[in-house]
Amino acid sequence: MPREGILVHNPYERMTKEQVQQIHQASIEILNDLGLLSFNRKAAEIFSSHGAEVTTTSSGDTPCWHVKIPERLVLDALASTPKTVKLGARKPDNILVLKGDEPRVFFITGSETNIWLDVDFPSYTRKSDPSIETKIAEFRPRRGTVADLCDSAHVCEHLETVDGYIRTVNIQDKDINEDNKDVNKFFASLNNTTKHVMSGLTNPKQLDNVVKMAKLIVGGKDKLKENPIISFITCLTKSPLQFVDDTTETFMDVCQRGLPIVVSSSPQAGTTAPIKEAGIIAQINAEVLAGITLGQLVNKGTPVLYGSVPVRARMDTLGDSYGSVETSQYNIDCVQMARFYNIPNYSTSGVCDAKIPGQQSSIERLFSNIVVTLSGPQYLHCAYGLLDCNSVFCLLQAVLDDAHFQMIKFFLNPPRISEQELALTLKQIREVLATPQKLFIRYIRPVMRSGEISAPYPFEGDGNSDSVFALAYERMKELLAKPVEHIDPTTTARIFQEIPGLLPRLNVYGEER
Amino acid sequence: MSEDIISLIRENVIQGRVTKDDEGVDEEMVGQPGVSELIDKALASGIRVEDIINQGLTVGMTVVGQKFETKEYFIPDMLASAEAVGAAMEILEPHLAKSGIKPKGKIIVATVKGDLHDIGKNIVSILLRGAGYHVLDLGNDIEPQDIVDAVIKEKPQFLGLSALLTSTMQSMKGTIQLLTENGLRDKVKVIIGGAPVSEEFAQSIGADGYGADGFQALAVVESLSQEE
Repeated sequence: MPREGILVHNPYERMTKEQVQQIHQASIEILNDLGLLSFNRKAAEIFSSHGAEVTTTSSGDTPCWHVKIPERLVLDALASTPKTVKLGARKPDNILVLKGDEPRVFFITGSETNIWLDVDFPSYTRKSDPSIETKIAEFRPRRGTVADLCDSAHVCEHLETVDGYIRTVNIQDKDINEDNKDVNKFFASLNNTTKHVMSGLTNPKQLDNVVKMAKLIVGGKDKLKENPIISFITCLTKSPLQFVDDTTETFMDVCQRGLPIVVSSSPQAGTTAPIKEAGIIAQINAEVLAGITLGQLVNKGTPVLYGSVPVRARMDTLGDSYGSVETSQYNIDCVQMARFYNIPNYSTSGVCDAKIPGQQSSIERLFSNIVVTLSGPQYLHCAYGLLDCNSVFCLLQAVLDDAHFQMIKFFLNPPRISEQELALTLKQIREVLATPQKLFIRYIRPVMRSGEISAPYPFEGDGNSDSVFALAYERMKELLAKPVEHIDPTTTARIFQEIPGLLPRLNVYGEER
Repeated sequence: MSEDIISLIRENVIQGRVTKDDEGVDEEMVGQPGVSELIDKALASGIRVEDIINQGLTVGMTVVGQKFETKEYFIPDMLASAEAVGAAMEILEPHLAKSGIKPKGKIIVATVKGDLHDIGKNIVSILLRGAGYHVLDLGNDIEPQDIVDAVIKEKPQFLGLSALLTSTMQSMKGTIQLLTENGLRDKVKVIIGGAPVSEEFAQSIGADGYGADGFQALAVVESLSQEE
């Protein structure tokens, strides 16, 4: 049985049906009339060979191609794009089935940050009363390592609400380079979680090695097609409306192999996209449609996710403001657009502007996590542990986020109202009214045991002090101490024999550990 | 035979089942005798009241307390068990004197004048009954004079006063003053509780004890009982 996720019964929609249609038409007009710039020759040629109007031009010294995509190509591509995408997993219970027309949400980690935030609890003595000692959480940033990635995957394996894993931290060890980064990040992730693993590629030349690793784990090419335990994410468009050379190449390579891939775009309202909602949504939709069209032209039937990471600019720095309310609005609009096309959506929430865990972080992430989940995206990259936009990852924050998602999932349980339920309740009311104390307490117990009552906040202290960080830290340590199901020794040995560049210290059965 | 019945009483206290219709913790118990039916059966079988109380009810409640401590049980479970013990004690009451068992004490509870909030007072009543006290519940919005009249008539060892509103908590003070004016203040221990009151307030109005919640109220009553 695949993972259940959480079905949103009445998904929240910002746009009316008419507005959705208007955005679609505007996007088609953008692609057909304005077109986009492709810095990748092969992509331009593919479009040209399928009837798009392509003219050679340049941007400075760099050659590029102006591609105008006719509506017919886009509509054909939308028709051939799978409406259901299966994302496999090492453990069958962790397989995800994403249906474009079903607002069933899966919560996913990610994405890659350079900084890993450690937490410590040093003691402080009060100057005015040295007998009083307090422990305060302190956060220390440092460069992420492959060991951190392993720990993160390990903890996320045990976090109940995490449905799939996108690598959380960029591995920057001294012995990691452009050539071995991809195989090590995929292996570190796959070996520490039995959930689906998605990642981008640093070096497109490593694609074959990564795919070979996945084949070794599942038992061959056909098995991988049946159970794609890995998938990829590419941001092939640079906003506004440009196909980047290398990521477009990677995108096409993945499409040719038929593995699931996210067509992602991340425009920033105010700088790389219009500041107005209508503008950024029409543009991001055009960018994603262009990517989807290219994918289907490369390999008809390639499973893709409609990837949307729109964001508003901060007015003080013009940097990304993931914590802004508009960012959630844009994401919800994109969820609606993806549903309009019946293509599973990769959406974004939970990315905050706050630099460390705390009140700002909780408020920003919880707000967007709630509202975007309510719109029913299938694959919600909801930034477990992410801070400072997408620069910092804190494992403690990921543990805190899991508690938030427990609440959100519980909230989305459909109401249990039926004739039978009401008859039972009326009987209870009648019985209680006949007692002198008039309390319903005795009826709580069966409901409490059936799981119909939400759990208390797991990091609640004794009421006199805020112990949230300390308790979440204990939980994090517990999860790290809990074993995970690694890849078996025989397969691990084959992977280390056949895949070049893997760090020997990642072999849990090896001597270097 | 007697051991079997006592064991069932104990188990049903732990399950919090007053009658055969109650679900308890394990759903499949519906239809099997609860504490009330088992007490009747125990008395009919000639089992000593002392054994019913000490080996059945008290041991059962001790287990419930342990389960609460380890967070296996929550307050609704505690209350269900206390309710079961309370029901048992009601059936056993006429037999206590014959068996030479001294009742634990009588307590009058009331929500004071102007206040209709009685959830806290009701929970305290269940817990006290479960602990073996004889509880007389006057209800809510009770005039100080009515409370004093009840104290004169029933001669309880304890008086529990409850209020939820800052505007009605002053009525507790008035009630205690009226007890003093009637020469009853040293005849009854007064314990107060409710959201707006505190230990300091209890002291300021001359109450004998304060319970922040139902369990603390019970602990205060138990502690004052031992002083007597």
